[in-house]
Amino acid sequence: MPISLAARNVLHRFGNVVALDDVSIDIPAGRATALVGESGSGKTTLLRCFNRLVEPDRGQVMVGDKDVRTQSPVSLRRGIGYVQQHGGLLPHWRVLRNVELVPTLQHMPDSADAARRALELVGLSSSQFGSRFPHELSGGQRQRVALARSIAARPGVILLDEPFGALDAISRAELQESFDNLRHDLAVTTLLVTHDLAEAGRLAEEVVVMRKGRIEQRGSMRDLIRAPATDYVARLIDRARAGLEALRA
Amino acid sequence: MRCRLRIRILLIATMTVPAIPIVLAAQRQNRPVVIASKPFGESYLLAEMFSQLLESRGFRVDRKPGLGATEIAFGALRTDAIDAYPEYTGTGLIAILHDTLPDSVAADPRAVFAHVARRFANLYRVRWLPPLGFQNTYAIAVTRSTSSRYHLRTLSDLARESSHLTAGFTADFIGRSDGLVGLSRVYGLRPRAVRPLAPAVKYQALASGAVDVIDGYSTDGLLARYDLVTLIDDKHFFPPYEAAALVSSRLDSQVPGAIAALTLLSGRLDEKTMRQLNRRVEVDGEDVRRVAGDELVALGLTGAAHDAQAAPSAWKSGFVEYLWDRRATIAALTVRHLELVAFALFAAVIIAVPLGLGLERTRRIAEPTIGALGVLQTIPSIALLAFMIPLLGVGVAPALVALGLYALYPIARGTYTGVRDADPDAVAAAEALGTTPTQRLLWVRLPLAAPVIMAGIRTAAVITVGAATLAAFIGAGGLGEPIVAGLALADTRMILSGALPAAALALAVDGILAIVELLVTPAHRRKRFWRRRTEGPDVTIAPAV
Ligand SMILES: Nc1ncnc2c1ncn2[C@@H]1O[C@H](COP(=O)(O)OP(=O)(O)O)[C@@H](O)[C@H]1O
Ligand SMILES: [Mg+2]
Repeated sequence: MPISLAARNVLHRFGNVVALDDVSIDIPAGRATALVGESGSGKTTLLRCFNRLVEPDRGQVMVGDKDVRTQSPVSLRRGIGYVQQHGGLLPHWRVLRNVELVPTLQHMPDSADAARRALELVGLSSSQFGSRFPHELSGGQRQRVALARSIAARPGVILLDEPFGALDAISRAELQESFDNLRHDLAVTTLLVTHDLAEAGRLAEEVVVMRKGRIEQRGSMRDLIRAPATDYVARLIDRARAGLEALRA
Repeated sequence: MRCRLRIRILLIATMTVPAIPIVLAAQRQNRPVVIASKPFGESYLLAEMFSQLLESRGFRVDRKPGLGATEIAFGALRTDAIDAYPEYTGTGLIAILHDTLPDSVAADPRAVFAHVARRFANLYRVRWLPPLGFQNTYAIAVTRSTSSRYHLRTLSDLARESSHLTAGFTADFIGRSDGLVGLSRVYGLRPRAVRPLAPAVKYQALASGAVDVIDGYSTDGLLARYDLVTLIDDKHFFPPYEAAALVSSRLDSQVPGAIAALTLLSGRLDEKTMRQLNRRVEVDGEDVRRVAGDELVALGLTGAAHDAQAAPSAWKSGFVEYLWDRRATIAALTVRHLELVAFALFAAVIIAVPLGLGLERTRRIAEPTIGALGVLQTIPSIALLAFMIPLLGVGVAPALVALGLYALYPIARGTYTGVRDADPDAVAAAEALGTTPTQRLLWVRLPLAAPVIMAGIRTAAVITVGAATLAAFIGAGGLGEPIVAGLALADTRMILSGALPAAALALAVDGILAIVELLVTPAHRRKRFWRRRTEGPDVTIAPAV
């Protein structure tokens, strides 16, 4: 069951740095939303509010129709998939055991089966890869395993923080495609942090532009291109476009 | 399953540790007379004579030879950890009481004895038995050629020429007010350099010309062997050093008759006799037990020869035979040594691993805390051991505590850094996916840190094997016993009979723990290690464990 997310007037500081400045946002269930913006704009901080890795100083954070503070962080997190930039696979566990982590935490009776299915969903044969150690995989394969781990227990939401950021262009494109298929098949709510506007446009139905802890604009990629709300958004688009043009020339 | 077994081992071990003091307490009741000595030849010899004399009168004796130095031996006596040891009035006067007497009194051995005996009884409730009959004062000695080259006959002569001379003094002598400190004050002695030397190497250093002047004892057997010149104390700086048994006050009440038996030796030993006896032990390498036994028979204090089973004169047989003859002793000492190391290390692991884990959670205090443990490491072992005596007496208990304290640092450091630096990405991901802190510790941090923790334990183990040799200074036994005795008696083979097994033990412990380290290394790293060594093809995957 896809779950909606919401933040209301969320403010968070790290010391003097205002990482989130009165952010309010609704993320509809079953859709993919991308958070974009320059580095340091607060994307990761906002993302981490939803699984209580960050406890905001002020404001309310909702997962489904419940304030996150009504649940313990541990049980909240077990219901939310999470993928980070450098996979974060446990290096001393074999692939299958890594993927089985959340099903095991949830005491699912058929956790090994769930793990195997998740591996197949991300395009890895469990018989071929299941008993490897993470260091015996390529970077792209590792991120696939991390993706499989995040969906193995079939969460209603997945949070992804630059999941393809460290990959070469080809693996990146392949993985983007698998991911797109996967999340449509699972109909899971997806919140994706990326600094790549093209990736955001390709994978997300809705794009949220952040800057200095605030939301500059939100809308479909087409809305953003047609009517950038601020200079900053316009510049982001120009820069992405310039990148494409350089390729064409 | 494996986890439960581990917990059971843990439980058994934690129940054993508190049991140690109980066992020790039980031993105190109806215990034998504990006779100790300081770590030099004559002290060993006198203590052995005390022991055999008591045994011949039907008392049970527990020997604790070679206790550190004056502070340790006297500290042990004061705290009733031992019952008696041989001491010298001059040492009692200056090193223990720190008293200065008017010159007229200080020159009179009887007056000094009376003063010391009275003060000890009042201050410490410790008793001096009547003197044994000889003095053993400090003898500042030079070679005959140095003596003639610089025209040295007295300490005043020595002071005059001292800027040309290098001194090799025992550490004890350098620091004592009745040693170098006082000599400098009274005679103006200022050697060009002062080298601290172990008693065992002093005479060789002098004979080989490495140093020009040493401190010895007037009854040393080696003074004669190297044909040395003892300089005259022309300003009567050294007080009389009359030898006597120093006895704890409660010996009489607890083991009636022991003091009467010990007093039989009073007035029976003169300087000439002592020099001969010391010579047999220090120069001829005869067994202390045999020399002590012979003399007791000669004095008519014991009847039958007591040394029937004593080893024959050590120098006459080869080193391998010597070791072979002593195999039972060496084996027993090795077992004791291992026990000391194992218990100390175990206690240190029990404390330092949880401490390291705790510090990882409170990182602000981590470095200061571990730094403090590191400072502990710099306290000289002897000082730490001496510090333990008022609290824990002598024997195994203080040794375990001291060794355990030394082992804390490497283990806590290894645990803290190992757990802190364990793959941060993996730890962060595990947290984000809903593991509890305990699960992260057991599933991620500890397995990843295990090789680092184990490396810390391994370092601690090797350090402890070495440090445990010093436990002999407080009567805890172990392989340090022949090392300390050998150093005191200038018996190289005796030293080696402790040092070689200790070295072998260190290598063995290191090797075994290296294997353990490999075993606790997480599979993914071990595999890489294996592959690097075999340079084989990319191995296809082994079944899951
Ligand atoms: N743990 C932290 N401690 C201190 N400052 C932080 C921490 N995490 C983020 N920040 C600061 O908060 C701001 C937002 O960071 P972040 O959310 O990571 O940005 P983004 O993901 O958009 O690059 C930045 O200025 C960053 O330096
Ligand atoms: Mg970020």
